[in-house]
Amino acid sequence: MSGSMKTKRAISNAITYVVLVIISIVWLFPFVCLLLQSFRSYNEGGGGMVEYLLPKQFSLDSYVYLFSEECKFVRWYGNTLTIAVFVALFQTIVVLCVSYALSRMRFKGRTFLMKFWLILGMFPGFLSMICLYFLLKQFGLTQEGAIPGLILVSVASSGMTYYVMKGYFDTIPKALDEAARIDGASRARIFFTMIIPMAKPIIIYQALVAFMAPWCDYIFASYVAFGFSDSYNVAVALQRWVWTNDYQGFFTRFCAGGVLVAVPVTILFMCLQKYYVEGVTGGAVKG
Amino acid sequence: MGKDAGSVSAAKKESSVGRFFEALGNDLKEIGLTFAEGDWKTKVSFLIMGFGPLMRKQLVRGIAFLAAEVLFILYMAGFGWNYLKDIGTLGTVARVVNDNGTYSYNDNSFLILLYGILSIIVIFAFLVVWRMNIRENRNEEALLAAGKTLATAKQDLYSLLDSHFDKTLLALPVLGIFIFTVLPIIFMICIAFTNYDANHQPPTNLFSWVGVENFKNLFSFGTTGMGKTFFIVLGWTLVWAFFATFLTYFLGMGVAIMINKKGIKFKRLWRTILVVTIAVPQFVSLLYIYKMFANDGLINSYLMKWGWVDAYIPFWSNPTTAKILIILINCWIGIPYTMLITTGLLMNIPEDLYESARIDGANGFQMFRSITLPYMLFVTGPFLLTQFTGNLNNFNVIYLLTQGGPQSMVLSNKAGYTDLLVTWLYKMTVNDTNYRMAAVIGIMVFVVTAVISLVVYGMLPSVKDEEGFQ
Repeated sequence: MSGSMKTKRAISNAITYVVLVIISIVWLFPFVCLLLQSFRSYNEGGGGMVEYLLPKQFSLDSYVYLFSEECKFVRWYGNTLTIAVFVALFQTIVVLCVSYALSRMRFKGRTFLMKFWLILGMFPGFLSMICLYFLLKQFGLTQEGAIPGLILVSVASSGMTYYVMKGYFDTIPKALDEAARIDGASRARIFFTMIIPMAKPIIIYQALVAFMAPWCDYIFASYVAFGFSDSYNVAVALQRWVWTNDYQGFFTRFCAGGVLVAVPVTILFMCLQKYYVEGVTGGAVKG
Repeated sequence: MGKDAGSVSAAKKESSVGRFFEALGNDLKEIGLTFAEGDWKTKVSFLIMGFGPLMRKQLVRGIAFLAAEVLFILYMAGFGWNYLKDIGTLGTVARVVNDNGTYSYNDNSFLILLYGILSIIVIFAFLVVWRMNIRENRNEEALLAAGKTLATAKQDLYSLLDSHFDKTLLALPVLGIFIFTVLPIIFMICIAFTNYDANHQPPTNLFSWVGVENFKNLFSFGTTGMGKTFFIVLGWTLVWAFFATFLTYFLGMGVAIMINKKGIKFKRLWRTILVVTIAVPQFVSLLYIYKMFANDGLINSYLMKWGWVDAYIPFWSNPTTAKILIILINCWIGIPYTMLITTGLLMNIPEDLYESARIDGANGFQMFRSITLPYMLFVTGPFLLTQFTGNLNNFNVIYLLTQGGPQSMVLSNKAGYTDLLVTWLYKMTVNDTNYRMAAVIGIMVFVVTAVISLVVYGMLPSVKDEEGFQ
């Protein structure tokens, strides 16, 4: 009896291993391809698409191009990094402030504010695109000024994304606040010296999520930087390489650029993965 | 007032509207009482805001109120009124060509509408501040009459870090949301009732109010109407959101169960491999996958090399394969995410539940159906709902993979077979500058999202019965 149970378990584990290996292959395959093709020489297919996977001749042609004078890749990379750093910083501050106020303080209009923001969130973001573009243009924050403009837009509306952090604050016992208040600490003091240090994991989560988003921002970034290539971010620039009709020449360059974008972001993410998991799980369960 | 009172009693039962008018009635009554019972400082404050507090040595509050009034008057006189007065027509004089061939620009409908809306909101805000000014006077008088002292300026400022810390914290975020979210959304809702499109572009041309014409156009099924296209796109949007949500949910949970299984080693490794998809920016991975499935892409090349197919499979130009592929690729994106979320939750299920089920002779599937699934659905109900509404607006996956294509001869307004409402909206805005219809579509997206959220939220077991699984 127990013997048959054992073989049964062994078989089912073996099947599970096979499935997991297949899953791993499927999940990693595109990234392996991307990496391999970024090292393909221009001598094969002129840097375009070819019908085989393994490059016959490894070379750094595409990478050399990215860092050459004729390509603004370094600038685009810098743009994206600038946006990501500032958005991560300011967005975290804004979300912290909003979450603390909504979690800890009871004031007139609190539920109204939360309901109102919930409803606002149901409107598709692109709806207001032309109006936002116009507002930015008024402040001179399009084309040449697209980078600060994009930072401003990402930060300005970020107060509405307080859910995860507020959920975290709600789990910190209110008794701690009360005790500190009895000792004469002001709300601000409690916020800076008690709550912020305790909220370190969720602050890291928030900053990480905010940092990752600008790397993917294509829609609004291309609209705001329209026609001014110095203000592109990597997503806009590489997108154009793939979609222009002569992408043939740019395919391996796209792969190389993609690798350069993906590797640092992925490493950062992997290092902070623990906080990310904590954040998304907490956020998902509390709704 | 008499009419007001009548409407109040009638509407009392209809909760929110009734309560609103009741509060308004009480407010008006209090304003009247403040004027009737107040001293001369209070009476002057009705006209010159902050006069009362200033006379009572409440400098900070008094100056704040006075400054609000001065700023309001300056704004309206110097700026707001110029636009507000034309909001009914959105401008009458368009660009004029002068005799010497130059242009002179006159009314700009865009500015009139945007700043007109802003001015209306400013007026409302001013009324609220004015009301606060009245109440401030009343409170001060009451305090003084009771023989108490008023708060000093120092106390006022300190309270912004203590009992009124919420105001300090929320001031900037709320202002940011107002300028960059609320104002644009109100503006675009108004655009849905105008004829702002490629033929009516300010500052060269004017646009004007057209009532509900755009909505009629959306729901008309004639040759020029967009009704058919709208419902086809809406249908695909719902189908997409359904599959994108539930396929990734169940498959992701399946993967999590497999990794959690007893006796499986390298749990961390399997998870890390999957999580790479979350870490790599989507535009890199999705664009690459798009190229992999292109007619001359890797997949087709190998299929032909191995002799599995004779000619390439047009993955992206055939509507059916494009739709299936998008849903599958979305699983590739979404499964790691669900896996992460469900892993921790699955471990929360008490092991003895499974143990007793096993003794009763239940097999793996039965245990999943009667223990795991009900628990998971209960706990992740709200998550599923947000996933679903998020997928309704899942721009990235669709736009990076197909840009809404393949193009369709059946659909109007350049909608493609895989277009969601949001990608269609985006194309209308950017490619066609058909802002009027884009605004209408945006409102429809809101309506669909709101209706689904409200209906489903009420049905969620965790909302109906919070104690269910404790």
